[in-house]
Amino acid sequence: MVSKFLIHAEADFVGVATEDISKGEKVEGVYMDTLGKLQLEARDNIPLGHKIALREMPKGEKVIEYGEPIGEAIQPVSKGEHVHVHNIRSMRWQ
Amino acid sequence: MPSFLGYERENGRVGVRNHILIIPLDDLSNSAAVGVEKLIHGTRAVPHPYGRLQFGEDLDLMFRTLSGFGKNPNVASAVVIGIEDKWASKVADEIAKTGKHVETVSIEGNGDLRTVEKASRLARYMVQDASEKQRKEFDVSSLVVSTKCGESDTTSGLASNPTVGVTYDMLVDEGATVIFGETSELTGAEHHIARKIPDPSLRKKFQKIFDDYQTEITSRGANLLGSQPTEGNIKGGLSTIEEKAFGNVQKAGTRPVTGVLDYAEEPKSKGLNYMNTSSAAAEAVTLFAASGAVVHIFTTGQGNIIGNPIEPVIKISANPNTVKTMSEHIDLDVSGLLRFDYDLREAGRRLHDLTLKTASGRLTANEILQHHEFAPTKLYISA
Repeated sequence: MVSKFLIHAEADFVGVATEDISKGEKVEGVYMDTLGKLQLEARDNIPLGHKIALREMPKGEKVIEYGEPIGEAIQPVSKGEHVHVHNIRSMRWQ
Repeated sequence: MPSFLGYERENGRVGVRNHILIIPLDDLSNSAAVGVEKLIHGTRAVPHPYGRLQFGEDLDLMFRTLSGFGKNPNVASAVVIGIEDKWASKVADEIAKTGKHVETVSIEGNGDLRTVEKASRLARYMVQDASEKQRKEFDVSSLVVSTKCGESDTTSGLASNPTVGVTYDMLVDEGATVIFGETSELTGAEHHIARKIPDPSLRKKFQKIFDDYQTEITSRGANLLGSQPTEGNIKGGLSTIEEKAFGNVQKAGTRPVTGVLDYAEEPKSKGLNYMNTSSAAAEAVTLFAASGAVVHIFTTGQGNIIGNPIEPVIKISANPNTVKTMSEHIDLDVSGLLRFDYDLREAGRRLHDLTLKTASGRLTANEILQHHEFAPTKLYISA
């Protein structure tokens, strides 16, 4: 399977698409720190550069990328879903 | 130790370009400065909308920016044109401290045409003198390099910014001076930078600069949503300022921060320096150039096309679409990192080599496309 997304760190909840990913597509991601691999099914179209959820995130949960919180979920997010401004927001400026 | 071919200036600083700079002190002098640039081969004018009725810190910064451009070792000599003589002399006197040839021409009592003639006659000899100057070999430790990212997207944080981080580590280990900034774009990752500052008083200085800017934003009853991340950032997949900040700080590499600088302040120590700057591309690069940086490394995701009048801007992108659709602006394509074609160490080595080649005279895309954005930072409204 061709790798279509990258994950900054083992602790992360999101991966970043390095190619356009189609809804329903089964895709593989690579952890940049460990080079470990992960497979999941995309629930949305994920354009290149956009994020895909690696796990369920309830509303209010901190979203981890770079091993650090980069925002919080403003609605429940399912594994394989597109993660962006429609379902997460900054914890600094709201 | 790696080396490059540069121009030694009177004060021992090493430049990588040999410009004759025509500096308008104020907006009224732009026409004359641009007039000289059109007439005299090898001159560069830096028109801008300010310089009248500024006061206090804002005036100090304007003078520091204009004289900093004249003092930059990429400049061989300079003519300062002002509507009045006194302020032009202030900037010229500061530039003259470097030992380089600088002249002033004032417009009052002359008019534009006589001013252009007088300044052009001066510049004509400056260009000829500069053309005699030969490049010599210098150790990489003589270099002052700056970095900034623009129209960033997630490929910046994944690949192009970490590439700069590797290059910055190499340059620091080789004894060079490297600078990063972008105060507002550290929001959410400011602790990551603070941790890299071993000196407690410098760490405190950094924290105060960061906190003061956050206070500045909130005191205006605003936040930066809509500005940070930008529309381009969001299109590229960046969702929050925190995410943008963690991508941004990759550029600083892993070495300790040994200098914390005010706007356009010259670095006092070699190694990694932080400078308080806006995150707007042209404003930040203008401040870096005014502080004496001679080569700039600029990463972009969605395609920022910025340049600078005197500091060559190396543009690097890892976005596989941008390197195709905007190829004329990109100096280094590291999109192969996303496909594991090579690793970060290799990408960092390529950028390091390109930095030295650029320092030795290789033109950057921005120089060829004549992107000469000069954008002085204005602190508050003029009197």
